[in-house]
Amino acid sequence: MSMDYFQYLRKERMPHIWCPGCGHGTIMKSILRALDKLKWAKDDVVVVSGIGCSSRTPGYLDFNTLHTTHGRALSFAQGVKVANPNLKVIVISGDGDAMAIGGNHFIHACRRNMDITLIVFNNNIYGMTGGQASPTTFTGSKGTTAPYGAIEQPFDVCNMAQASGATYVARALDIDAVAMDRVILSALQNKGFSVVDAWSQCTTYFGRQNKWGDASEMMDRYKEMTYNVRLAEKMSPEEKAGKYPVGMLFQASRPEWCEEYGKLIERVSK
Amino acid sequence: MSAEATEKKAPVIKFLAGNEACMEGALAAGCRFFAGYPISPSSEIAEKMSGRLPKLGGKFIQMEDEIASMGAIIGASLAGAKTMTATSGPGFSLMQENIGYAMMAEVPCVVVNVMRGGPSTGNPTGPSQSDVMQCRWGTHGDHPAIVLSPNSIREAFDTTVQCFNFAEQFRTCVVLAMDEIVAHMREKIVIPAKEDIKIVNRKKPDLKPGDPYKPYEADASLIPPMMNFGEGFRYHVTGLDHDATGFPSGAPDNQEILHRRLVDKVEMHKDELFLFENHRTEDAEVLVVAYGSTSRSAKRAVEEARAQGIKAGLFRPITLFPIPEKQIAQAAGHAKKVVVPEMNLGQYRLEVERILGPAVPVVGVHRVNGEPIAPSLILSAIVGG
Ligand SMILES: Cc1ncc(C[n+]2csc(CCOP(=O)(O)OP(=O)(O)O)c2C)c(N)n1
Ligand code: SF4
Ligand SMILES: [Mg+2]
Repeated sequence: MSMDYFQYLRKERMPHIWCPGCGHGTIMKSILRALDKLKWAKDDVVVVSGIGCSSRTPGYLDFNTLHTTHGRALSFAQGVKVANPNLKVIVISGDGDAMAIGGNHFIHACRRNMDITLIVFNNNIYGMTGGQASPTTFTGSKGTTAPYGAIEQPFDVCNMAQASGATYVARALDIDAVAMDRVILSALQNKGFSVVDAWSQCTTYFGRQNKWGDASEMMDRYKEMTYNVRLAEKMSPEEKAGKYPVGMLFQASRPEWCEEYGKLIERVSK
Repeated sequence: MSAEATEKKAPVIKFLAGNEACMEGALAAGCRFFAGYPISPSSEIAEKMSGRLPKLGGKFIQMEDEIASMGAIIGASLAGAKTMTATSGPGFSLMQENIGYAMMAEVPCVVVNVMRGGPSTGNPTGPSQSDVMQCRWGTHGDHPAIVLSPNSIREAFDTTVQCFNFAEQFRTCVVLAMDEIVAHMREKIVIPAKEDIKIVNRKKPDLKPGDPYKPYEADASLIPPMMNFGEGFRYHVTGLDHDATGFPSGAPDNQEILHRRLVDKVEMHKDELFLFENHRTEDAEVLVVAYGSTSRSAKRAVEEARAQGIKAGLFRPITLFPIPEKQIAQAAGHAKKVVVPEMNLGQYRLEVERILGPAVPVVGVHRVNGEPIAPSLILSAIVGG
């Protein structure tokens, strides 16, 4: 992989804010590798985010970048897309950003099926604010607001996306760059709303509070908690129980919002 | 059915409600993107927009809530559209965080707040003017505010055009504060011919492809020229404190410069923003200060007082914020008493008291019962001791 990442990065914005071992930078590189394959003009790409460690990503990327308010990235992104459907819109969000404060925007964005790709940097914790429990914190896992372990059931980002109408849904772990690259590329190519649940370790808060060890130990845990969806048929229900499938989980073809609105304009403006 | 008033060469006569006139004004100003969520008494604006915009090649989207509506109009504006949303009290409360974002990131957009009784769900269908201070101070932090308030159907059209022009000129979020009475009453309106409507568009920087672009670098006007996303000048937009490059900067000097510039860019140009009406104020010994539908009752009360030999006059701010302080003080030049009728418990009255100081007694006429303030109530305050 001899790709020159710096052609897509704002060098002068380095160093980034992320802690050593944080998974967010790994996912950012996957996004850049996918974009490098697509060869979209940088001026045509808009990267939108909310608030959180993950949402700081656009600031480092040399595209049109929009760092919005906590949870609201998708609403800004849909405004951009509708106003100028020629722009390629990518949204980067955290698990708190996308699934808690932005949960309502998430399901409605899936339902509308605009040609936008959402990548959830999912570290099962509120990193930026210091390790509070998030809607994807596993039952029993600790956060600074769940000192005795979370008693709630977490959201499954992919199930939510599929049930709400997204037309491409995938999950990948930052440890598996090849799989991450593949699903992000497919997500960007899908003509509709795509969701990638990209698992990322927060070493500083999730790792320490839960005594999961350093980044590599955390990534090993994620591997143990998941299975490749392509092997699912060969696995027994017991082997899959309590584990998350990774890979491309759902794909569908459904009218895209901006195309439908374009047709509506043609129909009524005659 | 594309006899679109906004495309007409000659003036068009219509019989419209305030909400409809507001929509016509927005279209005439060049609004081509509307995002909204239904709420009385503003819903007709969204309804009519959903029908009209696609005919003009514009876009309408119904969002899942007002927070999303506000986000969408900011995003669409950055992509180059003139954008608007319309709401009422509860929805206006939900929009506040993103309104602050538009002010901080200097993204032109227009928010129409058709005021109903509050707090909370309050009186969904009754008139009110109780959001006046929320229009000024609704979002957190120090910030600029431009707020206009019409009192007739024609003025609903004109002030909406003005809101867009101010938003584009000053790169900020501008609020149109209509009250439910203006929004729902019907009057004859002459919609001016297209070429008679002054339109302002955001100032573009003078750049050639490849030139460096600092999105928040302002000249002496303090208003930075603006490129849209997709025009070949990639830049960063954030609600964090930032410097002229648009990137986050926590340096104390930068923060100070940014926050002062955001406020000063409006303050410095405020004489261009003041819209107001003086009615018989030259020799007024009793001055009434009133805005929105209340000013119509006030004008009647002033006429009746004059008929009784009392030298009464009306000052009507159309621009509520920035406050036309000098103009109010001037109108009160001969006043021995000032009367401020409002459909709230005295929000603008406090401002009038602050401007005039203790030398002139200021009497409030306040109603929060969901009914308009009758001229007789204002007349008693003018006549009373
Ligand atoms: C309206 C609002 N509420 C709360 C916050 C504080 N806040 C900032 S980031 C954040 C959580 C971020 O968590 P996540 O989205 O998972 O991103 P991460 O930092 O883990 O990448 C919160 C609660 C805020 N900025 N705005
Ligand atoms: S706090 Fe956690 S999520 Fe934030 S940068 Fe550090 S490791 Fe990453
Ligand atoms: Mg997180």
